[in-house]
Parts: sequence; structure tokens; C-alpha cells
Amino acid sequence: MLLTLTTTHRPATDLGYLLVKHPGKVHSFSVPTGTAYVLYPEADDDRCTAALLLDVDPRLLRAQRDAFELSQYVNDRPYAASSLLSSALARVFRTALRGASKDRPELAAVPIPLEIRVPVLRGTPSLVTRLFAPLGWSVTATPIPFEPGIGGDSRYVDMRLTGEVRLADALNHLYVLLPVLDDGKHYWVAPDEIEKLLRSGEGWLAAHPEKVLIARRYLAHRKALATTALQLLEADQPATEEEAELPVARRAPLAEQRRDAVLAALTEVGASRVLDLGCGGGALLAALAKDLSFTEIVGADVATRTLEQAARRLRLDQLPERQKDRIRLIQTALTYRDDRLRGFDAAVLMEVIEHVDLPRLPALESAVFGHAKPRAVIVTTPNVEYNVHYEGLTGMRHSDHRFEWTRAEFARWASETADEYGYTVTIRGVGEADETTGAPTQLALFTIKEVSA
Amino acid sequence: MILDVPELSLVALVGISGSGKSTFAGTHWKPTQVLSSDFFRGLVADDENDQSASGDAFEVLHYVAGKRLAAGRLTVVDATNLQSHARAGLVKVAREHDVLPVAIVLDVPESVAWERTEARADRTFGRQVLTRMHRDLRRSLGQLAKEGFRKIHVLRGVDEIAAAEIRYEKLFNDRKDEHGPFDIIGDVHGCRAELESLLGELGWKLIRDERGRPVDAVHAEENRKAVFVGDLVDRGPDSPGVLRLVMGMVAAGHAICVPGNHEQKLARKLNGRNVQLTHGLPETLEQLGAEDPAFVTEVRTFIDGLVSHYVLDDGRLVVAHAGLKEAYHGRASARVRSFALYGETTGETDEYGLPVRYPWARDYRGSAAVVYGHVPTPRPEWINNTICLDTGCVFGGALTALRWPSREIVAVPAAREYYAPVRPLTAVAAKPDTGLDIADVIGRRHIDYGYGQTTVPAENAAAALEVMGRFSVDPESLVWLPPTMAPCTSSSVEGYLEHPSSAFADLRAAGVDRVVCEEKHMGSRAVVRVSVSGVGDAIWTRTGRPFFGPALDEPLLARVRAAAAPILAELETDWLLIDAELLPWSAKAGGLIRDQYAGVGAAGRAALPAALSVVERVAGRGLDVGGLRDRLELRAAEIDGYSAAYRSYVKPTDGLTGVSLAPFVFLAGAGVSYAKKDHDWHLALADRLVAADPEIFTPTRRMVLDLADPAAEAAATEWWLTLTGAGGEGMVVKPWAGPAAVDAKGRLAQPGVKCRGREYLRIIYGPEYTRPEQLDRLRQRNLGRKRSLALREHGLGLAALDRLAEGAPAWRVHELVFAILAAESEPVDPRL
Repeated sequence: MLLTLTTTHRPATDLGYLLVKHPGKVHSFSVPTGTAYVLYPEADDDRCTAALLLDVDPRLLRAQRDAFELSQYVNDRPYAASSLLSSALARVFRTALRGASKDRPELAAVPIPLEIRVPVLRGTPSLVTRLFAPLGWSVTATPIPFEPGIGGDSRYVDMRLTGEVRLADALNHLYVLLPVLDDGKHYWVAPDEIEKLLRSGEGWLAAHPEKVLIARRYLAHRKALATTALQLLEADQPATEEEAELPVARRAPLAEQRRDAVLAALTEVGASRVLDLGCGGGALLAALAKDLSFTEIVGADVATRTLEQAARRLRLDQLPERQKDRIRLIQTALTYRDDRLRGFDAAVLMEVIEHVDLPRLPALESAVFGHAKPRAVIVTTPNVEYNVHYEGLTGMRHSDHRFEWTRAEFARWASETADEYGYTVTIRGVGEADETTGAPTQLALFTIKEVSA
Repeated sequence: MILDVPELSLVALVGISGSGKSTFAGTHWKPTQVLSSDFFRGLVADDENDQSASGDAFEVLHYVAGKRLAAGRLTVVDATNLQSHARAGLVKVAREHDVLPVAIVLDVPESVAWERTEARADRTFGRQVLTRMHRDLRRSLGQLAKEGFRKIHVLRGVDEIAAAEIRYEKLFNDRKDEHGPFDIIGDVHGCRAELESLLGELGWKLIRDERGRPVDAVHAEENRKAVFVGDLVDRGPDSPGVLRLVMGMVAAGHAICVPGNHEQKLARKLNGRNVQLTHGLPETLEQLGAEDPAFVTEVRTFIDGLVSHYVLDDGRLVVAHAGLKEAYHGRASARVRSFALYGETTGETDEYGLPVRYPWARDYRGSAAVVYGHVPTPRPEWINNTICLDTGCVFGGALTALRWPSREIVAVPAAREYYAPVRPLTAVAAKPDTGLDIADVIGRRHIDYGYGQTTVPAENAAAALEVMGRFSVDPESLVWLPPTMAPCTSSSVEGYLEHPSSAFADLRAAGVDRVVCEEKHMGSRAVVRVSVSGVGDAIWTRTGRPFFGPALDEPLLARVRAAAAPILAELETDWLLIDAELLPWSAKAGGLIRDQYAGVGAAGRAALPAALSVVERVAGRGLDVGGLRDRLELRAAEIDGYSAAYRSYVKPTDGLTGVSLAPFVFLAGAGVSYAKKDHDWHLALADRLVAADPEIFTPTRRMVLDLADPAAEAAATEWWLTLTGAGGEGMVVKPWAGPAAVDAKGRLAQPGVKCRGREYLRIIYGPEYTRPEQLDRLRQRNLGRKRSLALREHGLGLAALDRLAEGAPAWRVHELVFAILAAESEPVDPRL
């Protein structure tokens, strides 16, 4: 992987002093992932280019990754600019990165004309522009195409930046933003990365319009770290789960409104023993746990990892015994019968059914309405008619949604299901309703018909 | 003195301290059969005599007793058992497991007991304690029967105790030593004419009395017995006639009969009890009124003597009128009898006012077949190894028999509707609910699948559940998943990691002499199920997911169905399960290729020339760039080779245009697994599909050779080199004998080993894997885990096909398929 830095400041060869690397030599350094070279393909008074070339040794790289991943052997690490390159950059140009220079201190302190090229970098032209343009660069990012047999553009761009920028700033921009674009750090991100980010981002990150994205990606999507970093940068909280993929404006309030609507429905049917089917990370469970009128709460999900998340969110291991005894988390798949789900007052399927393939939905109906048979069932699902209000949304609201229904489709399903299993059903909208499209979320409240003894 | 004790029972020894209970127990039973209160006090309190620990000790003792009884093991409790509350605990445990509680009382003179007590250093209580115990014993003797002990043996004095012998008696319901064959006949309800013709159909000859009434029937097969599931009487035209025939057959040893609820009620009426005259009982009473009173007495005696269920044929067959759940097989208690007579109801009633029955058959997981009647159904259908034979003859349906062990169904239609049903016969759901239960798959599970045994760790099951729950096709249709396949032993041929010579050596070592080399298609594994009717047809991936979605899957299945129709007809099967590869790779894996493989290619092909140009310009300035340029040039060549490798599996497709299937194994059809057929058979069928529709099917090129023939081996190697030289993935070398081939020791052999092409492996091991130092390292790869995984998954798959062919319950097939998916979560190098 490669990056080149060119200046037309005269004498251009002063670049060698600023980088503390003589243009007349080939410099090589051993780094943890291979060998880094600093070479000058051109060096005269008008124009001088320094190239940082990292020759990645796949064996050294492999030693650092998890075992048993195919991508360990077939990957773009030797070719695309990434955190490997930025680590090498930090090591090789340490002095220049600090803005220090023994030989040319004045030059190190002022903007100079620079051209930067990174020939292979993960990212889209628009993201590259969003990241570098606010920092004063004029950006050209050309997508690298696939071969004709495959067609279209790859996920890589050939990036060129030009501008009048202090060399140390330019290096810091690259140091932070190359891994941000690459979005796959090659090492474990520990809390001390926050400090590195803030140090390298000094003077430009706080005002950067994409600072949220930068912090999240730089800190390898570790939410807690990103939040801390952003707080330190005096930034906002990030948004929550199900709506995370939606355009920004509509996020948090709907999730809260939906949760409140479900809680209200539970209260309405007087439920105290409640199933949260498809509980996910535990957003609803947390709310249920706070309300002591719910005496038994079971969160069920098919994914063990999300159950672990839910346990952490509820702090199950720290709750006093009596509190903890109210809550259980179990793994189940709603396409099987499960005796553990029988005998509850109510079951909640909040934003769950749309994650089930339509042909498998009857199995879920049978497992929930036929076998578990709670006195009440609360189902929420998106109203697809409302999607027109999500600017920029193409397709469905979440990448795992198998379908999204209109109000008519949901109503038909609800009434057929109610008929088949002996429930009555009422449907209501959740969230701010629009006159023509209705509310963003639709909620069905099923209550069981009294059984003749 | 001989003490009769049921084979399965809870025996409570009753006696004062020093009466010789432990000695008696030690004489008659194995130490593990005897649970002594002293021992359990010791376990929980480190002191056998610590009376304060008795509560905890008995709790544990009852728990252990329960576990033993649940497993069907005789259990003896060695404790004084002088207090009624102590005995009540034991009766409760026995009842919970539906076994008979038995009391054996050891009654020795107090003086003898005192002598023995004084001789023991660890017994420090005084004589008055013994006196109190003795008083309790006297009081107990009169209470034992009332407390629920079904057998009470009292041994008086030291001599009688010493002389006692235990004799085990079988339960009435234990007829395991009868192996039939049996003709099991459903609810007759007084339909004598239909019973006569059914018996005739089954080859029985009726024997008639002087008035021409059938009183017995005989069969040419001497051991054949008729088994009646009860409800002989009520509603129909001639209940006495049916009784006369069945009673005669039973008396002659030609038939076995269990009682139905209707017999039960009739007997209560005949015994003078007050019962409601409903559900056809008045008709029976009226018919009996015309009979000789002596006959009526016989009927009463007959019914009173009926045993509520039988366990037959080494425990493989259970017959009870209303069915029987597994925990009750071979047990005796009031609730077992009640279940056998009436079944279990949920307490709800349906729209006809009839009780809603608990669907015990749906939950049944036992290995014994349960045959029953009681609930009229339109047609007999196996549900989880249970079958109801009541086809509503008296309601105008049919009288049905099941032949055992052939499982053949024989039925005669009713001459007419004799009695109007409250609920129409057809109102029963068309498809019985056999729905899969989560308990069949989650948690740590041990599976004996016939070809071996495996334990599915809970975490693998959890991972499989996530895939199955979120992505798979209906688990009941998902009757098989393709096993993983191990590569051949790493080759030492220069420049090669895998080479035909190793593949042949592997099979030779497994004792295989004839092999088929099949071209390995590089696409996506696809399992296809097609049928004559098209109902339930599906195509799924190696993890059980639907392939493209209905819009493409349906037309694809229609093409396969059309081409396969003559084969289905010829094989006389309604459906066919086909193992195939769907081509091209890009059709299903387009996204993966773009994101992963082609992306790396594009990045490499852009990065290396850029780096080379920098290095060349540096060299042009007269600087020494050393080996860097050579390394970059080698890399550039490697990335080109890599790109060419994946590119040959990318072909344009548009909808189904350009998509094809390469079938290679025909796994199963209705009632049959084709795993034992040789590969010539399989591939000949594949060729016929190709001939029928060359556009949608791709042939599999192959060579059959004897491993003893070096010339053939050389030719096959040449063939492989040509195949892989032209961009082919490689080949699979399989034992010619077929998927179920065995090795020299008769154990299941690997179904094949794969031998992948040199260039193809670049997309697996990376563009630069052919460098000598990398090859050397890769040759050290460990294949052991992969091989054992491949064999296990293969065996599970074969077993699934076997069970499917046997008509096993859905859960029995599913647990194996699920185990294959779970095995895929094992940490095995995915590049193998």
C-alpha cells in the first residue's frame, strides 16, 4: 500500500528536511506488519514527491488476527491504505506529525502547497469528500472499477488531495482519516485510542461536521469509547438500534413512542406476566423491569449474542436477587413450539414479524397464538406506506426486514390470525400520523376470547 | 416363604431398629438397588445417626428413588418406615412414577432387636425408644393397605425372615415376549358385520356356534393374534355379537383385548352402578336384554378382567384404547389406566361441546409404536410413531386394522352410517399438527444415529438454532443437508498442495479399490426436492436457506420437475431429493464475489502497478531499490493469477437465463434412500436430466477407475490437470460403490475427498500461496478434525435419509439435520 506526498513549495526538496528523510536515499524501516519504505520518485527544486510504501508481510499480519477466518488469507490488506499504513506513517514521520522540525522550523509551521495521492483506499467518492473537503482540501476521488467481466465499481477509490496545508496537519488528517475510511482496524482498540484521536484531531476534529462518524469508526464502533470521545469533543449522543439505519432526523422519538405504546397496551390488558418475544438487545425489557407491576418478565430471542447484550443492558448480574428473579432470558426460535412460553398474560412481538420470511409466518403464528397462547398478544410492525416520508430511504427500513406491510395488509393478517386462533384484535397507529400514509408504526392488540369451560 | 414383588416397584422395608432390614436388603438386592436412610443421613450430615438431618436425607433419598423409578428400576428403601408420614412420602414417589408401592414388614421380638442394638457401638438410644418403635410398628400393620401399599408382606420372627425368598412377577400389561405378528383392529362399536369381513380380509377364518354365530376365528399363521383397541360395544347394531366373537378369540388365545371407555361404562352399569344412559349405551343394553343372562355375566367378567394397556414385541409396540404417553408405558396406576381409557383433555370444549383433547401424540418422542383408537379420524396417519385406528365405522366410516410388524393398513368400509356423529368426521384438521418442539434441538444433546454417536454441544445447537430460526426453509421440509467434505492429504508434489496422487492414496488406504473421479463444479451447493404434485417442492442451500426467493426458485423447480417426471415414474416415487451444484458461482454468490474476491483483485491490480511505477522512478533516479521491485513484480503476477481464478466462475445471468444445475446424487424418494446405489446409477440419472433439458442441467464429467491400475491413475491425473488448467475447480474422488460405501472394516467410508486445482486454491489460500515457503507451511495443515467432521455429517445425513424412508416422525429426521447444521459451527479451518 502506498501514499505519496508532493510539494511545489520552492525549494521543494525541503520536504526531505520536514520529513527528516533524505531524498537521495531509500529508507526502510521494519514495522510490526512488514517493511515500510520512504522513497522519492522525484526530488528537485520545483517539485518533490515522497512516497510511503508499506510492503506487508502476510505472515506477520496473520499472526495478529483471529484464527479460522478465510479473509485472513484473501484480503486487501497488502493493497489498500488502512490503519496499517497510518501506523507506519506515525512511526516513520513521527517528528513531522508533531509539527516539529530542527532544520526548517518556520516552514513546518506554515501551510505549503501539497498534493497527496493514495491510489487504493476503501471508500466512496462522497465520503472521501465529506471527510477531507471540510479540512480545506480539494478532493478528487475516482472509484476503482472491477474488471469488465464483473462490471461496476469496487469499494475502493483512487484519492488525490490538493491544498495549502501545514504538513503536520496533512499528516494528522491522514493518520486519523485513512483508518476511518478503511473502517477495519488491524489491532484491538483500547481506551487509550481516545487520547490518540483527540491528540491527532486537535484543532480540526471538534469542528468537523462528520465528527460522529469519525469518532465511531476510528474507535472501531465501540459505542462507549465513541461516546466518551464525543463528550470530550462536546458532541451529541448517538442514536439507537432499530432506526439506526434510517436517515438521521426520524430516529429516537419513534422507538420511544413505540415502547410507550406497547407498555400502555400491556397496562390496558392488565398483564403482569409478560413475554418479550424477539427481545433483541433488551430495549423493552429495560422498561418492563422498571415497572414493578410486571412480576414475571421473559425475554426471548433467537440470537445468543443479543441475549448477552440484553443481560448486560439489564445488569442482570448486579441486580438484587428478588429483582433478578422477575426476569429471565431464554433462547428460542418462534418457528418451533416452546413449552417455556406457555401460560403468560401477554406476549409482545415488537418489530419482530417483519424479520421472519413470509412463508414461515404461519409457524410463528402457531407457536405464539396456538401453543404459547397468552391472554394477549401485542404485535408492532412498520407501516410501509409511511416510508415515503423517510428522505433518502430506498428499499426497506432495515436490511434484515423480509417484508413491510401496508395498513390493509397488516389488518388482513391480524384479523385472519385472530380468527384462526380465537382472539379478537384491535389495530392502532404509533407515532405521528400522516393524513394519507398513516402512522409510521402499526400496533395490533390481540386478546383471547373466553374459553367455554 | 415366597414374597411376590412386581418387577418394577418401590419396596419399602418396615421394621424397628435392629430388626435386620439392612441385612435382609443386602441378602436379596444389589447395593445400588437399596436406598438406606442411614446412608443418606451420612451423605448430607457426615453422620448416619444424626436424626436432625433426616428431613434433608429423605428429600435426597426421594429424589434418587424418583430418578431410578423414572428409568424403570426396582428400588428398595431401607428405613424404619414406622411413621405414616414417612411411608406417605414413599407412596407419593411411587405414584408419581406410576409404579406399585410394596411393603415388606420385618417383625422381630423387641428383645432380639434390643440385643442387636446393644451390640452396636454407634447406637446409643435407650430401650424405651425401641419400645416406642415397636408400638408404632403394631399400629402401622393395620394401616399399610389404606395408605396405598398394593402388596404387603409381613415376616414374623427371625426364622421367617431368614427363610424368605423374593419372586418377581411381571405386570399384567407386560407382554413383551409376544412377538405376533398382530392384526390390530380399531373401534368396532357393535359393527359385527364389518368386523367379520375385516377379519376375512386379514385371512382369519370364523368359527361359528351351532346357531351360526361367530365365536372364534383362526388364522393360518399360527402365531398371528388379533389385538382389539377397545370400544367393541355401543352405538352399533350388534354389540353382543362383537363381544361373543372377541371374547371367544381372547379365550382361545387368538386375540388380545384392551378395554375402551365404552366397555368400562358398560361394566359399571352391569355391576349395578348408576351411569348416564347416553352415547349408545341404551342400544347395547337393549341388545344384551335379548341375550341369555349367563352371557351377560360372562361379559361382565370379561370386561372386569381386561388390562388397560399392553406392551408387546420386546417393548416395540404399545396398545391402549386412547393412546398412552411414554412415561406410562408398562406402568400401573389409576392415572395410567385413566389415560389409557379416556386420554387427556385440556379442560376446554370445542364448538360441538366435545372435550378438547390434549395432543399427547404431538409431544410423543418414544421409540415404541403406540396404536390406539378412541377418537374418530378420517384416515389413519402416523404421528410421531403413534397411530389412531378409529376410522369411525359406526359413523359410516371404515373399520381399520394395522398389521404388525409390517405396518400395513387394511380397512373395510362401513355398510352404512349406524349412528350420527356429534362432530362430522371430516371436521378434523386435514394435516395433523406434528410441529417441531424446541426441546428436540436445544441444549446439549446426545444422538445415536446408527452410523455412530455424537454429542451436540449446547453452544453449537444455539448457533444452529439462530440459522434455522432466522433463515431456513420450513424445518419439516428440510430433510437433509449436505455434509462438508475433506480435501485429500496434502501433496508433496512440487508446486502442489493438493494432487490426484494423494487423493487416490487416501481412498486406497480406506480399502476402496474402485473410484469415480467427478468434476467438482464451482458454484453453490443446492439440494432440490421435486415431486409429482409440486406440493412441498423446494431448493435450499448448504445451510438450509431458500435459494433465490420464490420468484426464481419456483420456475427453476418447475423445470426440474418437468425433466425429472419420467425418472419419478420409473422409480415409482412421488418425490425425489437431489444433491446438486448450482452454476455459475456468481448467480448466488455475486455479492460475495464483488465484496470479497473481486474487491481484493481490483485493489491489488490498482495498488501494485502504482507502487511499481514509484519504485521504477526511484530506480530511474539511480537509487538502489534492491529486491523490492522483484517482490512487487511477483505480487503483480500472483494477483493476476488470483483474479483469473475467481473470474472463471463469474458468468452473466439474467433471471434463470444462464443458471444451471449439475446434479450428482439422487438421495431419496418416497420410502427409500438411494444411498446404497453406486455412482454409475446416480450419474446415469443425472445424464438423463441433462438430456431432457440441456439448458437447465449441466453434466458432470467423470472417470471411473480401478486404483490397482497405474495407467488409469496416470490418465486420471492427466484429466485433472487439463480440467484445472482450463479453470476448473478440481475433482472429487468417491468410492464407486456409492454414498453409503463402507471401508475394509465395514465402517462408513468418507463419501469422497476433494482434490482442488492449483490455480483455484489461490482464492482459498491467497494469491501468493504457491511460494515454496508458504506451500511448505500449508502442507502442515491438520486434516484430522475436518475428516472426522465430514464423516460425522455424512453419517447424520445418511441416517436422516434412512429415517425419512422408514417414515419416522418429523422430529427424528429434524434432530439429525439440525445436528449437521450444528456441526458446522465447530471451529474447523474453513479453507479445508
